[in-house]
Amino acid sequence: MKKLLSIFLLLVISWNAHAELNVFACEPEWAALTQQLAGDQARIYIATGALQDPHQVQARPGLIAKARSAQLLVCTGAELEVGWMPVVLRESGNSAIQAGRSGYFEAAQYVAMLEVPTRLDRADGDVHAAGNPHIQTDARNFLPVAEALSKRLIQLDPANTAYYQRRLATFDQQWRAAIARWEKQAAPLKGQPVIVQHRGFPYLNNWLGLKQVAELEPKPGMEPSAAYLGNVLSGLQQHPARMVLRAAYQDERPSEWIAERARIPAVIVPYSVGGTSQATDLFAMFDDTIQRLLAGLK
Amino acid sequence: MFRNIFWRVAIVALSGCSFDAYAANDADLQAIREQVQVLEQRINQQSSAAAASGEGAFNPAIALILSGTYGQRKQDAAIPATGFAMNANNTAYTRGFALKESELGIAANIDPQFRGVGTFSLDPAGGINVENAFVQSSALGNGLNLKFGRFFSGLGYLNEQHAHVWDFVDQPLVYRVLWDNQNGDDGMQLKWLAPADMFIEIGGEIARGRGYPGTDRQNKNGAGAGVLFAHFGDDIGIEHSWRAGVSLHQTRRENALSNAVPDLNGALVSNNFTGDSRTAGLDFVWKYAHNGNTRESYLKVQGEYFQRNESGMLTYNTTGASITDSYANTQSGWYLQSVYQFMPTWRTGLRYDRLASGIASVGALNAGNVIANYAFSPSRISWMVDYSPSEFSRFRLQFARDDSRQGLPDNQLFLQYIMSLGAHGAHQY
Repeated sequence: MKKLLSIFLLLVISWNAHAELNVFACEPEWAALTQQLAGDQARIYIATGALQDPHQVQARPGLIAKARSAQLLVCTGAELEVGWMPVVLRESGNSAIQAGRSGYFEAAQYVAMLEVPTRLDRADGDVHAAGNPHIQTDARNFLPVAEALSKRLIQLDPANTAYYQRRLATFDQQWRAAIARWEKQAAPLKGQPVIVQHRGFPYLNNWLGLKQVAELEPKPGMEPSAAYLGNVLSGLQQHPARMVLRAAYQDERPSEWIAERARIPAVIVPYSVGGTSQATDLFAMFDDTIQRLLAGLK
Repeated sequence: MFRNIFWRVAIVALSGCSFDAYAANDADLQAIREQVQVLEQRINQQSSAAAASGEGAFNPAIALILSGTYGQRKQDAAIPATGFAMNANNTAYTRGFALKESELGIAANIDPQFRGVGTFSLDPAGGINVENAFVQSSALGNGLNLKFGRFFSGLGYLNEQHAHVWDFVDQPLVYRVLWDNQNGDDGMQLKWLAPADMFIEIGGEIARGRGYPGTDRQNKNGAGAGVLFAHFGDDIGIEHSWRAGVSLHQTRRENALSNAVPDLNGALVSNNFTGDSRTAGLDFVWKYAHNGNTRESYLKVQGEYFQRNESGMLTYNTTGASITDSYANTQSGWYLQSVYQFMPTWRTGLRYDRLASGIASVGALNAGNVIANYAFSPSRISWMVDYSPSEFSRFRLQFARDDSRQGLPDNQLFLQYIMSLGAHGAHQY
């Protein structure tokens, strides 16, 4: 009996020693980043798909079950997941990933936020107090987030410190080179006027110098009416735009409507890993984003 | 603070540049002015973020739900469903325009261990009803979740959901007659979520027995009601998700008085029941959304079944003959409903309700008085369409054909608005 018990204990200990870190990633881009930084040391569950609007995910039983055994939660934060994450966290019964604990990681805390509202009023639509949460459209934002996330991985799994540091160094080097490449490729986009379907591109605009002249939602998160789209269309005569952008998960109708009448291309931006068939990883996501934007200029 | 200084230095440096090097060029000057403005804005934003600290920052999240209806119907809402005169009958229907309960919700973390929630419904006629007032702890870890205070029981699927998230104006008939719309009680609940990939949750509650069918034990030690439940659920791919559950509820009913109960002599009398009440329930919900994107469209199908067994002593006609003998009955009911969001902001739904009043075993002394078999199955069909301009507002139109009273069919029309102000918490599945 004693022998059996000691074998069992040994098994438990050795299983623990080889256990991968259980990561719950709210959006595919953070799953992809965690994959870059943690390699095979992490078992990653992705809570949402690139074709899902991350504002409007439900606190499904499946999500709660996965959060129960997660050791690290990697989310955008800035209230992007406010409609479902609080319930998932509460119902998970997992104290390690509650807000403020080391198992809770919000990417938005590590980048300079844009469009932080000076007044909070629901009359302004779906505004986020911490600023616009769609930070993943500026490739430069991944550098500070990666550094902070790597530190967090080390904090949770110090045994593999060297491994994580090595992977961060590799990622950092490759990513900086890629940013330089993307910026060079995207040079023709600078100053080009664009329309966006949802106020979800300030970071992309800021990075590549696109000039946003109109939005298709009357207020963030509100569906455009035909009359409102008509107004946008007539406004285009004064401020013509080269293309209309939308995230892969957004309804095609409003931007197709404008595109057809204003005779400009409607460009789908993958927005996250998996948003388009080409956006298979983080690098491919930005490759594809820039290719699509450049194609929109033609 | 350090960042502020940094930005101020940057602005000074920039404005300095503008005089030294580019003074002649108006366009450049304009560009630099714009840049300075942007930087100044950032400083302001950072200062306002800093100002968020202080006493006010610890204010809890406050939400107020405003709701009202217009109702049109033929029959009096006070007439109970046939065979259910000894059950709850809280329709909350009003003819014409009516304000519904305004629901005030306050929630905040109390400390690192506890979170407190209070939901107070303000009755349109005056008075405040404490709907929920509980403390929850998720700091126990290991999948444990403890709740204590007054809360909606975890039994069934709809029971825990607040009125403002209901898909129809009213609750299913089975909830109305077996749970007085919603079972809330004073007590404690412990839930445990299994460490599995699939959602497996079991929970138990002990409570006062205040909520119907409980009769609120006056001045007694111990617990008056107990609940056990288990929930299972998972995703199937990214498009489908489901949850199923079983629940058991038990309470002791004492001096449960029912008025206007029809008897075999054609009169309406008052009866008094004392005995045990045991209820078993099954529930399921399945949701589908193309690509899992619920913003565009989704389909939801849900159904629940409850069966209640009551056995004890019944006093017939308490104000007259007052004859007491044994009484046992099994009542049941179910509903099946589906809600379809066919485009953003628009949904439609269909619900079918059915009840079975059971065949009671009535003691010999009351065999000639108490109706044992009503031989009628109450049913209802409801259709609704609702429009939500935003996440925080909703308008609804509902038609119902209510055949829950024998010989008194009722066509019902409702218009409803539900608005939510202030902090809007995340919704349950």
